[in-house]
Amino acid sequence: MINIYEVLETNKMIEQENLDVRTITMGISLLDCAASDVDGLCRNIYDKITRLAEKLVKTGEDISKEYGIPIVNKRVSVTPVSLVGASACRSSEDYVKVAHALDRAAREVGINFLGGYSAIVSKGMTHSDELLIRSIPQALAETERICSSVNVGSTKTGLNMDAVRLMGETVLQTAELTKEKDSLGCAKLVVLCNAPDDNPFMAGAFHGVSEPDAVINVGVSGPGVVKYALEQIRGASFEVLCETIKRTAFKITRVGQLVAQEASRRLGIPFGIIDLSLAPTPAIGDSVAEILEEIGLERAGAPGTTAALALLNDQVKKGGVMASSYVGGLSGAFIPVSEDQGMIGAVECGALTLEKLEAMTCVCSVGLDMIAIPGDTPATTIAGIIADEAAIGMVNQKTTAVRIIPVVGKTVGDTVEFGGLLGHAPVMPVNTFSCRDFVNRVGRIPAPIHSFKN
Amino acid sequence: MNRTIITVVGKDAVGIIAKVCTYLAENGANILDISQTIVQEYFNMMMIVDLTNVDKAFEVVAGELAEIGLSLGVQVKCQREEIFDKMHRI
Repeated sequence: MINIYEVLETNKMIEQENLDVRTITMGISLLDCAASDVDGLCRNIYDKITRLAEKLVKTGEDISKEYGIPIVNKRVSVTPVSLVGASACRSSEDYVKVAHALDRAAREVGINFLGGYSAIVSKGMTHSDELLIRSIPQALAETERICSSVNVGSTKTGLNMDAVRLMGETVLQTAELTKEKDSLGCAKLVVLCNAPDDNPFMAGAFHGVSEPDAVINVGVSGPGVVKYALEQIRGASFEVLCETIKRTAFKITRVGQLVAQEASRRLGIPFGIIDLSLAPTPAIGDSVAEILEEIGLERAGAPGTTAALALLNDQVKKGGVMASSYVGGLSGAFIPVSEDQGMIGAVECGALTLEKLEAMTCVCSVGLDMIAIPGDTPATTIAGIIADEAAIGMVNQKTTAVRIIPVVGKTVGDTVEFGGLLGHAPVMPVNTFSCRDFVNRVGRIPAPIHSFKN
Repeated sequence: MNRTIITVVGKDAVGIIAKVCTYLAENGANILDISQTIVQEYFNMMMIVDLTNVDKAFEVVAGELAEIGLSLGVQVKCQREEIFDKMHRI
């Protein structure tokens, strides 16, 4: 039988160490919503989302109350809209109409974000994909809850450099159209390589074509819990360090598994996966950077950071895999800058640079995330940053992503305030040497060879 | 069996257990196990109760127990047992 110390430990994790379930994300296929006219398409999409996700928020709140565990976000991801809209949308404006329909549905069911305003263009763009991508700046400027993502490459297909170049321009235009809000639109736009079909985390969530009609995916969290556990074993060997992270990750993930199964049962929708990511928030003590400091670095970004992060990421997976029946999504430590108090501090004191962040993305999930850069950064330079990050993902057979915010009117030394879970960020310097002639070449970078590993 | 864990945390005072138990008895909840400890001068109590014969909804019971806690200056939480089972048992 459960004893009092176990109960107190769990409740301490929740009350003092910021343990929560970060998101219950319902994936919904919109493939059966396709229509030959835009208005019909919008109606079908709105009806399907509001029907399937009607009880999502209420169910999440009920589970949260009964188990005493906060469930921070309830969200929806949908089939990449460029696929659903292909038969009806003849212009980028048509796609913006679809974005509005999605936004209305999101508001109606009470979720804070809906992901899947997306295109998968790893090898080439259809006309429909290109219309959707060109509509992204306007769609993000005019809607409140829509998240957009574009997959520009994969290990199997190589990198679609035409899409990379277009995304450099798209990020910049999105920044321009949302400049009144510190270019906030870019916080809802992510460029991916090897994007997973079942990621529950925004902004990169979409419901892939390999998925069933509807599915429940859950993202856990808990950097604060890991940090607290490590505080108890300061100076211990790597063996003890790794065991402690693994054991903590197991406990965190078990809670996510419970919530996922309950949500799946109550909503009558199959359970998909648990995403094992350690997702930080701007709250004090809920930081991945602070875990790295606890492991023994003066600040995140110091020499040793990449190794420490590799260790952390691997142990989180090893502990989490056994705690869940199905693991998927991004599953790794997130290293966003603006959403992590320790990362912000590391950037402000000069310990952490864009280049070091890029190195860190080689060993952990996702990539250059929530990084504010000067608003006058050229589109080709942004495309170059995207290409670098995508190349890391392509060669290392992992997901990588870029979510950077060129903040219009701001430069190095300024700070940007996004508010809420998105936090605040110091504007970071970008290498000012040009990559224009590289980015302006047309075509693709071929898929890498899968032998002769070096 | 509808097992729920009730925890009471706060400054020790006279009558905490009496009040919580009275409420549970009046509502038909059966106490299966009870234990307590003092951690850093704070009173910690845990009860495992069976709510099968309680007519009120879970959230009503949880809310009313929390109110009793407030009147005593302690925190009373009510959580389904599975969260602890899942976390601490393989």
